[in-house]
Amino acid sequence: MIESRSGKWETVIGLEVHAQVVSKAKLFSGAATDFGAEPNTQVSPVDAAFPGMLPVINRFCVEQAVKTGLGLAAEINQSSVFERKNYFYPDLPAGYQISQYLQPVVGHGRVSLDMPDGTVREIGITRLHLEQDAGKSLHDQQPTLTYVDLNRAGVALMEIVSEPDLRSAEEAGLYLRKLRSILRYLGTCDGNMEEGSLRCDCNVSVCRPGEPLGTRCEIKNLNSIRYVMQAIDYEARRQIELIEEGGRIEQQTRLFDVGRGITRPMRSKEEAHDYRYFPDPDLLPLALDPDWVEQIRAALPELPDAKKARFVSEYGLSAEDAGVLVAEKETALFFERVADRRDAKAAANWVMGDLFGALNRLGIGIGQSPVSAGQLGALIELIADGTISGRLAKDVFGEMVASGADPAAIVAAKGLRQVTDSAAIETAIDAVLEAQADKVAEYRAGRDKLYGFFVGQIMRATQGKANPTLVNQLLKQKLAG
Amino acid sequence: MALDKATVAHIASLARIRLAEAELEPLANELSRILDWVEQLNEAETSGVPPMASAAAARLPMRDDAVTDGGRREAILGNAPRAERGFFTVPKVVE
Amino acid sequence: MSDPALLALNLAEARDGLARKLFSARELTAAYNDAVAEAKPLNAYITPTPEHALAMADAADERLALGQALPLDGIPIAIKDLFCTKDILTTAGSHILDGFHPPYESTVTEKLWQAGAVMLGKTNLDEFAMGSSNTTSWYGPVENPWRKPGDNRPLVPGGSSGGSAAAIAARAALAATGTDTGGSIRQPASFCGIVGLKPTYGRCSRRGVVAYASSLDHPGPMGRTVRDVAIMLGAMAGHDPRDSTSAPVPVPDYEKALDGGIRGLRVGIPREYRVDGMPDEIEALWQQGVEWLRESGAEPVEISLPMTKYALPAYYIIALAEASSNLARYDGVRFGLRVDGDSLEEMYELTRAAGFGAEVRRRVLIGTYVLSAGYYDAYYLKAQRVRTLIARDFARAFERVDCILTPTSPSTAFAIGEKSGDPIEMYLNDVFTVPANLAGVPAISVPAGLSGDGLPLGLQIIGRAFDEETVLRAAEVVERAAQFRHLPGFVAGGRS
Repeated sequence: MIESRSGKWETVIGLEVHAQVVSKAKLFSGAATDFGAEPNTQVSPVDAAFPGMLPVINRFCVEQAVKTGLGLAAEINQSSVFERKNYFYPDLPAGYQISQYLQPVVGHGRVSLDMPDGTVREIGITRLHLEQDAGKSLHDQQPTLTYVDLNRAGVALMEIVSEPDLRSAEEAGLYLRKLRSILRYLGTCDGNMEEGSLRCDCNVSVCRPGEPLGTRCEIKNLNSIRYVMQAIDYEARRQIELIEEGGRIEQQTRLFDVGRGITRPMRSKEEAHDYRYFPDPDLLPLALDPDWVEQIRAALPELPDAKKARFVSEYGLSAEDAGVLVAEKETALFFERVADRRDAKAAANWVMGDLFGALNRLGIGIGQSPVSAGQLGALIELIADGTISGRLAKDVFGEMVASGADPAAIVAAKGLRQVTDSAAIETAIDAVLEAQADKVAEYRAGRDKLYGFFVGQIMRATQGKANPTLVNQLLKQKLAG
Repeated sequence: MALDKATVAHIASLARIRLAEAELEPLANELSRILDWVEQLNEAETSGVPPMASAAAARLPMRDDAVTDGGRREAILGNAPRAERGFFTVPKVVE
Repeated sequence: MSDPALLALNLAEARDGLARKLFSARELTAAYNDAVAEAKPLNAYITPTPEHALAMADAADERLALGQALPLDGIPIAIKDLFCTKDILTTAGSHILDGFHPPYESTVTEKLWQAGAVMLGKTNLDEFAMGSSNTTSWYGPVENPWRKPGDNRPLVPGGSSGGSAAAIAARAALAATGTDTGGSIRQPASFCGIVGLKPTYGRCSRRGVVAYASSLDHPGPMGRTVRDVAIMLGAMAGHDPRDSTSAPVPVPDYEKALDGGIRGLRVGIPREYRVDGMPDEIEALWQQGVEWLRESGAEPVEISLPMTKYALPAYYIIALAEASSNLARYDGVRFGLRVDGDSLEEMYELTRAAGFGAEVRRRVLIGTYVLSAGYYDAYYLKAQRVRTLIARDFARAFERVDCILTPTSPSTAFAIGEKSGDPIEMYLNDVFTVPANLAGVPAISVPAGLSGDGLPLGLQIIGRAFDEETVLRAAEVVERAAQFRHLPGFVAGGRS
């Protein structure tokens, strides 16, 4: 809810996400889909719409779409139709895009958002359909020409349309993160917004609470979650201001100007597109074999929501911690390997704390972690069996990150084994108390705070290796006299 | 259906075909005649009849996910009226 | 063997002659190359390929010498310039494909070359296959080798496969490929006194054929005799995994299917094909056809195809809608003509205005209109429903009959320029042929006689889907009975 000088406003947001399907070849041709290839080297005459060339659908792309639909708890439509969306643009060689209009392959579904306040909000999915991606137009390579690269033309896209259920930029961000996480879990899209394998168009409108929906504006091609959220915030406020000044919202398509943080109308002719959709006569209706769909369903991996619930029940983690660990499949897998037959809570803390900290510092993902799950698990065991103290373990971890060596090796090399020999500790305590005799007197006279000082001195004297429990036990005895 | 000049101009714009002003009226007449002629279809009783999906009886065939094409830039660019540095080119588009 | 004698052999006879080493493939091709040159005034060819043909003929001779002859080895044929031929100019009869050399071969022509056939060249056609007179080509009209005795106005060969039909009739090709979207193989076959077959939809692959109307385009064979056409079909037909509408149906031996006769065959005579203003002689020839079939043991049956009169308007809506989308790719960016403009939109508009002829432009505009917002249901959807009814008409008829006999065309060849004023008058040429395109069923035109003014008239036989065998067999009976031995005024090598 946005408060303005004239009262409360509700922001209504619907997101259309275009997710590039992970596959070797394109949706209707046998050209490759790799990112970053030399221009026009991954183009079939079908992709370039040469005369007489015809589309043949890639079974795996259909499977990926069905898998995604199942992962979104959506209805799979046994029969769906490919239609041509007709318009002219240089990166659309045929002058039409093969898409789905009236009968998409996937129908209604849902995504659950874990809200920061612990509640769960369900966001509806209207539909998911398959369509061709367009090529790329480069407008900045030459002063009078636009360059066209068709490598991307024909790559399979899943267009995932949400119901207009989102009510804030924050919710939009959560939705995108969750959707991306699900797609990556399924392996149907790598969710890489920088490379453009996940793109988002935003429909934003505002209205008074309880009143009918306002006119929406579409903001196109946002390629980071941060920009989506910024654009929504800006656009909502723009619309509210405009209405409050007595203006009317025109339905228009806008772009987000990253530099200035504003949305502005697209400069091209504001001609409403007449796409003249009709079923593609080069294709037949897509008929899905129910057995095949069931096979895909049976092979689905455990998805974030289910995994999170299992982490809570099986490992006793808090919902919040579980949520963090399941956000990325690789992280969840890493955690489970660390937690295997070890203290799960300790494993969670180490992964979310020290490991994430180190990865962030190094700017890498968990897939490139210099510390393996096995190594981290071994470190936790060394703490559990008393070989080293928790405090020193952090130093050992730092060394593991830097060198990639096993914790046991580092402990041995640096002689960090915890001292658990009571006699040795007693000796250290005696030495400290003798050297600090006046402070001991003060402590005994009532200055309790000095206890920590003594502990610190003892740890220093033992290079941090004294077992803290034993130190406490023996120190208290000796201070008590 | 009688088409007026404005409609013909609009359709020509959708179809990206430049028409001279002088051509609009004769074309409007010509197209209107043809559309009137095809409108005899309205006499046919078709309620409850499904539109024909295709004369092809089979179901949509699917292919394996394998890279079997591409990697032939010269073939793809070979017929282009104006290609440069591995790209097709068009007059610059302002977005 | 002399050139004229060589040219007088039909495909089956030439195949036989090559096998018996009466002449070489090179000799045969050389004779046809000369014929192509001689027939130049007809303008049947856009791109003759005489050197390429000789090279292919030499390769055929090598195989023939080794006794490893392929089914069509050494047979010189013409290819409608709608089929993409690798590295050889392919124009679709349009200015907008100037200079287009495809980097790929169409599936149908690939199969023909794999069968050993020799390419004489690319034949002229109505631009983008849109027309029934071959007068809309950027490369000029084609002349029918037939003329009315006592009248030296050049006549149309029919269209859109006018070049292929004229070349065969003029003995400047032994056979040819064509495409039939509304009658474009059958009608020119009728006008030129040759045989033309539109197979079942999906029987021959559309891959590499410049698309006009995807759900109605049918590549098919044209030749001098029914047997020749059966032999060509055998080489052209077959499932193509690179065309999603290609039929996964095995190819029978069409030549062998000609044996067997038609005793007991039930032949449908549809009352709705008796149209107002149909010339008496065409009605008479139709009756004659019924008699010929009856004499061979067939049983004529009156049938009704009630939706027939709606076929033409349904065709024009569906075909033009699909065409408007199929032709959007001709935009000056990746191949063909480009007319420069100050902006992208201007380049598109000027290129397409300059590149498309008047008929193509007309059809693209109507097609765009019928698909546009608000009109889709009233036009396109309505036409597709009517199409279902037309298909049901045929399905119902084929419960009672095995094939259907009709005239091919409501008229004989007319003079070039005679019917150019009114598009609708031109569209009416297709009234008998269009229903088979909408239903996707096979149909053939066989020359059956001459009109009073000395021009060829064809009879059409329509069959069940994938039953080209019955269609060919019945057609051969008509052919045998009709004994159409007439030759057009112009024949390469002279009339003999």
